[in-house]
Amino acid sequence: MGIISRAFQGRPRDHDEKLPPGQYLVHDFPVLSAGPTPRVPLDRWEFAIDTPEGEVHRWSWEEFQALPQETPTVDLHCVTKWSKFGTEWKGVSLDVLMEDVESAAEYALAYSHGGYTTNLPLEDLLDGKAWIVYEFDGEELAPAHGGPARLLVPHLYLWKSAKWVKGIRLLNEDWPGFWETAGYHNYGDPWREQRYQGD
Amino acid sequence: MEHLDYQDGNALAGPLSEIFTFDVTVAQGTCAGCGRRGALAELRVYGPEPGLVARCPGCEEVVLTFVRGPKDAWLDLRGSVSLRIPITE
Repeated sequence: MGIISRAFQGRPRDHDEKLPPGQYLVHDFPVLSAGPTPRVPLDRWEFAIDTPEGEVHRWSWEEFQALPQETPTVDLHCVTKWSKFGTEWKGVSLDVLMEDVESAAEYALAYSHGGYTTNLPLEDLLDGKAWIVYEFDGEELAPAHGGPARLLVPHLYLWKSAKWVKGIRLLNEDWPGFWETAGYHNYGDPWREQRYQGD
Repeated sequence: MEHLDYQDGNALAGPLSEIFTFDVTVAQGTCAGCGRRGALAELRVYGPEPGLVARCPGCEEVVLTFVRGPKDAWLDLRGSVSLRIPITE
C-alpha cells in the first residue's frame, strides 16, 4: 500500500480519466483571440455549405433556428492546456445540416467572419460529433466566445471549433487552415496530444 | 474607451529575440494586404496563446504569426512582402 491514499490525491479519479494528457482543469472560460472580435448582426448572418461538385446550401438565421435543435453537454480541451468539463450548448447538429448535401468530398474547411479557417476530415463533423451552436450555458453565445454562432467539435482541440463560423467548404483534398499552417497539428486529437506539427 | 484586445508590435521583441540577432521591431515591413509600410513595432499583436498573431494596423490582415512549441518555433510571414532591416556597421 502506498504512503498516500487515493483520498488525499485531491481530484476525483473520474476527473483524471476525463482529462487528456498534459491538460489541467479550469472552471472559468478563457478567451484566446487571433484578431479583432467580429460583430455579426443576425439579419445579415448566413451559414453556407458548399461542395466541390458546385452545390451550395445556405441558411438565414431564421431558417437555421427552424431546424431541429440539440443541447449537447461536452468537455472542451484547448491546445494551450486548459480543459473545461460539462459545458452546455444549444445548436444544430452537422448531421442535420449535411442531410441534403450530396458530395464525394472527404475533407472540410470551416471559415469564419474575420478570416479564420480550420480544416478537418469530413467524417469528424458527422455522426453526432459536431454542431453549429449559438447558446452557451443557457445564454446567447457572446461574441468573445464566437457568437452569434460557432462550430463545436469537442473531440478535437478547441481551435478546430471555429468561432464566428460562416460556412463549411467541402473539399476533395485536405486544405490546412489558419493554425494548421502556422505550426499546429493538422488533426489535433487531445487524447494523442497532437498539439504541434510532428506530434 | 473600448478595451484593446491587442498589444503593439513591441510585444514581438522578446519572443523573436530567440531567433533573430537584431531587434525585429525596428525592421520596416510591407503589408501584402494593403501595401502599408511601417516598423514592425506598429503592428497589432494578438496572443500570446495559442500563438502571436501580428496584424497590419491599416487593413487588419495577418502580417506574421509566431508559434513556439517545446522543440520548434514556427515563424510564418504570410502577409509580409519584405522586411527592411537596418544594419549598423
